[in-house]
Amino acid sequence: MSRFNFILRRLLVTVPMVLVVVALTWALIRLAPGSFYEGERKLPPTIEKNIRARYGLDQPWYVQYGKVMGNILRLDFGNSLRYENETVNEILRRTVPVSAALGTCAYLLALVVGITLGTVAALRQNSKIDYGAMTLTMLGISFPNFVLGPILVLVFALSLYWLPPARWGGFPSRSLILPVLTLSFIYMAYIARLTRAGMLEVLRSDYIRTARAKGLTEAQVVWRHAMRGGLLPVVSFTGPALALLISGTVVVERIFAMPGLGNYFINANLNRDEPLILGIVAFTSMTVLIFNLLVDVAYAYIDPRIRY
Amino acid sequence: MSEERTPKVPTEEGREPRPRWEAGAPALTPEGTPRGAPVRVRRGEEIHAFPETAVGEGDVRGAEEHGEPARGTSLWRDAWRRLLKNKLAVFGMIVVCFIAVAVLIGPAVIRWTTGFTYDFMPPNQQQSYAPFTAPDGEFSPSHPMGTDSAGRDMLARVLQGGRISLMVGIISTFVSLIIGVTWGATAGYLGGKVDDLMMRIVDVLYAIPYMMIVIVLLAFFGGRSPLQQIFLLFAALGAVSWLTMARIVRGQIISLKNQEFVLAARATGVSTPKIIFRHLVPNALGPVIVYATLTIPSVMLQEAFLSFLGLGVQAPYASWGSLAQEGIQNIAIFPWQLIFPGVTMALTLFSLNCLGDGLRDALDPQMRKF
Repeated sequence: MSRFNFILRRLLVTVPMVLVVVALTWALIRLAPGSFYEGERKLPPTIEKNIRARYGLDQPWYVQYGKVMGNILRLDFGNSLRYENETVNEILRRTVPVSAALGTCAYLLALVVGITLGTVAALRQNSKIDYGAMTLTMLGISFPNFVLGPILVLVFALSLYWLPPARWGGFPSRSLILPVLTLSFIYMAYIARLTRAGMLEVLRSDYIRTARAKGLTEAQVVWRHAMRGGLLPVVSFTGPALALLISGTVVVERIFAMPGLGNYFINANLNRDEPLILGIVAFTSMTVLIFNLLVDVAYAYIDPRIRY
Repeated sequence: MSEERTPKVPTEEGREPRPRWEAGAPALTPEGTPRGAPVRVRRGEEIHAFPETAVGEGDVRGAEEHGEPARGTSLWRDAWRRLLKNKLAVFGMIVVCFIAVAVLIGPAVIRWTTGFTYDFMPPNQQQSYAPFTAPDGEFSPSHPMGTDSAGRDMLARVLQGGRISLMVGIISTFVSLIIGVTWGATAGYLGGKVDDLMMRIVDVLYAIPYMMIVIVLLAFFGGRSPLQQIFLLFAALGAVSWLTMARIVRGQIISLKNQEFVLAARATGVSTPKIIFRHLVPNALGPVIVYATLTIPSVMLQEAFLSFLGLGVQAPYASWGSLAQEGIQNIAIFPWQLIFPGVTMALTLFSLNCLGDGLRDALDPQMRKF
């Protein structure tokens, strides 16, 4: 019961938060000087007036604000100003799968490699493997993805000709390999460090000593007992990781010229395409907030000590 | 490891036969029991407040009997010694110092020796040359990192870019430090409903994909003048990276605020802001320094990310991010345009992270998390 209440309460907070984020973005766009309609060529006053009336820009700000918020609550983000024959929803439908495929693959890869690396490092604490792994992860945290990506392209695409250098070739395709590697490196590093820290703490705890004392094999101790507690930091990292993943995909999509959400977001900003910006911001903040909620719930399932 | 932990207590035979104090008294100083109430030493937090009772790794009695003044090792000296034992941290410290010096005096040295500056385009050689190559294809030491597509010296540009990158990193961190410390300390000290509200706000802000808002801010308000864009960067990055700092400071303040020295300050009528900033914050300085050191590389990374997207630092200024963005256009033909700024940046961030990690381990061995 309390769990249900908790989820309900969090969902009730989520909707206003999305609205606050969108309102903030909207206010920023409106407070900025200039607009989409002010090009280099000065329009005749009558035409400008007609355009403003057509898009409702002549109404007071609270009417416009109410309209924008109403649209967002109905999940209808209107037409893009730049991509004239597409609605924002169509653009989202087209771009989200690209970014989602990229982000999911990268995060899964990072989870597998990071957890393995972190566990091995924790089990062999202060050995050469441990130091090697920790130096590698430190590099991973420090190496900007916009440097790593082009270097990978240079080596694997332009020198060895193994993989295509850019462009989007559908979901399971070779063109996805380099972007996924580029994006996952930093998460791998973070996850490995979190796993190592979590495992080190758990491996010293009493219940692991009990598990060893009752004669379980080392593999059973690690897999069945230590993993569950040791991976808690990784689970709670998933929330912030998603927010990080969004800025990561922006860069990677830019480098590899992928038709994803991030690429469109940057273009929308450069074009001052207000409906598209608001649509993407609303969509992403919704995703991030729902994910945070899921992480919190999952956390409580894994760690029975947590109470709502 | 084990050597570090063992206190260096002189053995019995190396010492004067009889201690001067009475048996049974807690032997902290040569005089016996320290005056006043026993001082609780919690993880070194106030150990430097009472230097005469501070016992670090050195042994006070031993030092006294060897004719040296009886001085305990302070928290900071202990930390310094531990830091020097961490090879990666020492490496980081040296590289950071080297890069800081290079970035500060490098451009002047280059101008003095070869005459190139970050924005000097040779009139008839506006194309990209490989490292150590002269226009005629022969070896030449004048451009150790080659030139960019306009014939500008890459080394000078990388150093100049480093100035901007480091400046953004340091100033934005400072902005986040001020906001975070004020926020966290206020919430922690006042407690109750105020604390609840302030920390709720932090929780809410944590969940927002704030980078998108920063992008909108820079895209819509920036671009009027390059200098203004840099100031906008300082403010925007500082304003989004104070959250963790606020949490850390709050935790520290809560653990400190019920101690006697705060009670004493309150009893003598010190005002609340003064208690927070003069009595509590200085005692929470260790974790704050550690976290600030780790914030610098992360802010630099964010600045580079924004500059890479063309929203950050703008011409004629350059940062490592915007240099990388220029470089990636020509990655297939002139790879050095990307590799030199990119690798310099990676090396700097790596060193800063190593140093920050080392500082954390040194200042608070129990806080070792990552």
